[in-house]
Amino acid sequence: MSLVIKDLHANVEDTPILKGLNLEIPKGEIHAIMGPNGSGKSTLSKVIAGHDDYTVQSGSVTMDGEDLLELDVDERSREGVFLAFQYPAEVPGVSNANFIRAALQARLPKGEELDAVAYYKNLYSKMDVLDMDRKFTARAVNEGFSGGEKKRNEILQMMMLEPKFCILDETDSGLDIDALKIVAKGVNAMRSPDRGFLIITHYQRLLDYIQPDHVHVMSDGQIVKSGDKDLALELEESGYDFLKEGELANA
Amino acid sequence: MSTTIAPMNILETQPQTPAAFPAWFSDLQQQAWQEFLTTPMPTRKDEVWRFGNLKQLNFEGYLDEENTQTEISTPDLPEGVICLPLDQALESHGELVKEHFMKRETRLGSAKFAALHKARVKNGLFVFVPDGVRVEQPIEVRHVLAGDASASFPHTLIITGKNAEVSVFDHFSSANDDDAGLCVAVNDLIAGDGSKLTYCAVQELNLTSRMIQVNATTVGRDAHAVAFTLNTGCQWARNESISRLDAEGAHSDMLSCSIPTGTQQYDQRTYQHHAAPHTNSDLLYKNTLFGTSKTIFSGLILVDQGAHYTDAYQTCRNLMMEDTAEANSMPGLEINADQVKCSHGSTSASISDEEIFYLRARGIAPRQARRLIANGFSVEAVERIRQERLEELVLAAIDRKFSTIS
Repeated sequence: MSLVIKDLHANVEDTPILKGLNLEIPKGEIHAIMGPNGSGKSTLSKVIAGHDDYTVQSGSVTMDGEDLLELDVDERSREGVFLAFQYPAEVPGVSNANFIRAALQARLPKGEELDAVAYYKNLYSKMDVLDMDRKFTARAVNEGFSGGEKKRNEILQMMMLEPKFCILDETDSGLDIDALKIVAKGVNAMRSPDRGFLIITHYQRLLDYIQPDHVHVMSDGQIVKSGDKDLALELEESGYDFLKEGELANA
Repeated sequence: MSTTIAPMNILETQPQTPAAFPAWFSDLQQQAWQEFLTTPMPTRKDEVWRFGNLKQLNFEGYLDEENTQTEISTPDLPEGVICLPLDQALESHGELVKEHFMKRETRLGSAKFAALHKARVKNGLFVFVPDGVRVEQPIEVRHVLAGDASASFPHTLIITGKNAEVSVFDHFSSANDDDAGLCVAVNDLIAGDGSKLTYCAVQELNLTSRMIQVNATTVGRDAHAVAFTLNTGCQWARNESISRLDAEGAHSDMLSCSIPTGTQQYDQRTYQHHAAPHTNSDLLYKNTLFGTSKTIFSGLILVDQGAHYTDAYQTCRNLMMEDTAEANSMPGLEINADQVKCSHGSTSASISDEEIFYLRARGIAPRQARRLIANGFSVEAVERIRQERLEELVLAAIDRKFSTIS
């Protein structure tokens, strides 16, 4: 059982971005995707989450055998897909606590009410792990948050919703080393044999703190190279020039 | 001995002031009646009725009946505080009422209807808080309109002494869904030096009713007035709100939320009048529009000559939940002083796809996501009331409105 992506082609408007992508992430594993700007990494995360701006032309995405592409965004989330956004939206007037509560409430059967006391207890304990001040419960979702606060808030939501499969889209961008460590701590606390992770990143740095089982290199809408965590170190050392050499060789 | 008076047509029959009221009040009502008769009806050419729906001003056939039930619930009131139905206050504190009752001219277009109110008002609320006295919890007033083609003229007069503090909740609702009511309400808020006066009106009348609300706030030296209005009911409502900053250090917050659905129309006119230097006014009006509803916002900031170092802000934001709705905004300012900080702005925007996607990506269904965002849009104005109980009452009314929207 796992997340399986087969021969995925997806467009933004008429422009093909994903061009036959294959990837399988078994439960319990952490996979990292690296690659230069414009290679389609963020598009992949949005397509899995179900963003309207992207149209899937062909291929499949399944989670535990279930066809995710048949489901709406919110249904995918309730089924256990979680995307930690690179640029989380600000939602004025909606408090963080009410937002996360609404998300949990949406997972309950009709007519069942979330236990407020247990909810806050849980929320506070997760916030403590992420070193988040209690005042973030009353503040409007992401409004006026610094880059680091927004990313922590994403991880907080992930911890609260306990998804089956987590995608982290450049969660490390804009983070200082302390914030990075805290975010990594949250992710590591979530590691479980029942949960898969896809970590999209530019830099090897994050992978010092979250050890991936596999590292993939993405280029021009495809996975072009896969390896273990040492691949990330290699990329850090020599960059993505090998991709260009490959192109030259093809030319 | 009392005689039963037959219901009177509000546009034609001369009002009869109850015998128990002071003579000056009776005279005032007769004068007001003449003023009503001689004041012309607004026309389309009036700037203050621009975009307005003048057809809604046809009050033919409405009767002046005493059908409105007004219930006043008071917290524990410190000594010296007067909180009475207006009729009782006229009998027991006539001079105090006389000093402040409708002293300000109506300049935002409803002079004729303010005169009608003045001529026919029989009830309402009178609150006086003496110097240095603070009333911690709000006074809550509930007006329930009943009777078809029945008109009501509730008046609210609130006066705070030096460094006093009070908050008042005024709620307007209908006894049933069908009776077409008319409510012509006037409130005078007089914030004495250094005082804090918070007034909150919630209009939840049924969809066959109409309302005109005229608010006049006067803010003294170092005083702080907050006036908030929520509109969720009525087929048509017109709100006129004037705040005059009379002395240095005066601060006025003018706040409103309106959530029209279906064919509801809200017409709002505001006036921030800075009559003294070092004064501050901050206006935030938020409209959330559904269906083919319509809102009009027209605001003016006036900074008098010599009212230097004024800070005046005016913001109207419209959240278009459907593209069939219509929001008109006409912000304006006139500055006759130096060292003034003023800004005005209005925006109309649809609900943000990015916000919707974010909420849905956390498992929240589209309808609930829209409701959360729309509610959050109003909350930004509500939380500036800064009085817990009032905010709670307003949020509950907003929730009632959203629960009717599918």
